[in-house]
Amino acid sequence: MKLSDFFKKKSSSDVAKDRLKLVLVSDRATCSPEIMQRIRSDIIEVLSKYAEIDMDGIDINFTQMDTEENDGKTVPALYANIPIKNMNHSAK
Amino acid sequence: MGEVIVVTSGKGGVGKTTTTANLGTGLAKLNKKVVLIDTDIGLRNLDVVMGLENRIVYNLVDVIEGNCKLKQALIRDKKYESLFLLPAAQTKDKTSVTPEQMKKLTEELKAEYDYIILDCPAGIEQGFKNAIAGADRALVVTTPEVSAVRDADRIIGLLEANEIGKTQLIVNRLRPDMVKRGDMMSADDVIDILAVELVGQVPDDENIVIATNNGEPLVGDNSLAGQAYMNICRRVTGEQVPFLDLDAKKGIFSWFKKK
Repeated sequence: MKLSDFFKKKSSSDVAKDRLKLVLVSDRATCSPEIMQRIRSDIIEVLSKYAEIDMDGIDINFTQMDTEENDGKTVPALYANIPIKNMNHSAK
Repeated sequence: MGEVIVVTSGKGGVGKTTTTANLGTGLAKLNKKVVLIDTDIGLRNLDVVMGLENRIVYNLVDVIEGNCKLKQALIRDKKYESLFLLPAAQTKDKTSVTPEQMKKLTEELKAEYDYIILDCPAGIEQGFKNAIAGADRALVVTTPEVSAVRDADRIIGLLEANEIGKTQLIVNRLRPDMVKRGDMMSADDVIDILAVELVGQVPDDENIVIATNNGEPLVGDNSLAGQAYMNICRRVTGEQVPFLDLDAKKGIFSWFKKK
């Protein structure tokens, strides 16, 4: 092994593992685009009661997350990035 | 009462047929009564890997359609008395057989044979559904590549959904030198990702190509792949066999090193 190898970036097998873990998260989520769309509109509906939402800037999707428990295995997680234009203070 | 084992992978070209041939031959070497069924209708290959392509008279579809008796379609192996092949039809397509018919066929064979091993076609469509219909156990074959592991994960999910009792993994075409350099995932890496039981790791071995050229499965010979396949056969029968050190070079020096 050359000295320069110590400074090299991740090995290609590590890259393969990381890519696989990511792709399997969405494969395993088995969340069809239709269901995803329903989750989106439900979240928007609830939030709209309290705030005015920037509909163009909404980004809701599945990702993966490392966990402390579960031997540090990655689990699917839902992330939602929802820009708010105005809080709707008159909401009941 | 025999056991029905399906050899599957999702992705094509990872070594399902080679694995089926070696598994069947190895189990016959262990004095088991074995039937191999090629369920890849339209693209049969198990016959050539076994070197039995010149002996085919009837095939799987003939049996299903009642054109012949089951016994007539079973081809006895060249070497092993207790090993038989039921070849796929080459001129039909996958819709000529239904999962119910496959289940009935395997049930019938279970009465007389110890192991019924089904070589599954690539993909997750009708052919896959036919092959897993009567299976008690599944051996999923993969290679240490992103595409093959991804497909294996999908297959494992489908096997679970179809309530196949036991699913085990074979990691095929490992190259110990590349694993060592960090340029190939190890069997452990793959197991880590797929979370299933490992039943075998087979090295990438040029003897496999030679064996296929000759139509004689190499299971049980001196090659590393031959030993790896024999170990898989023993594990399938329930024996506890330690995993081979794939990195072991043949020769006197490695013998000293191991001691």
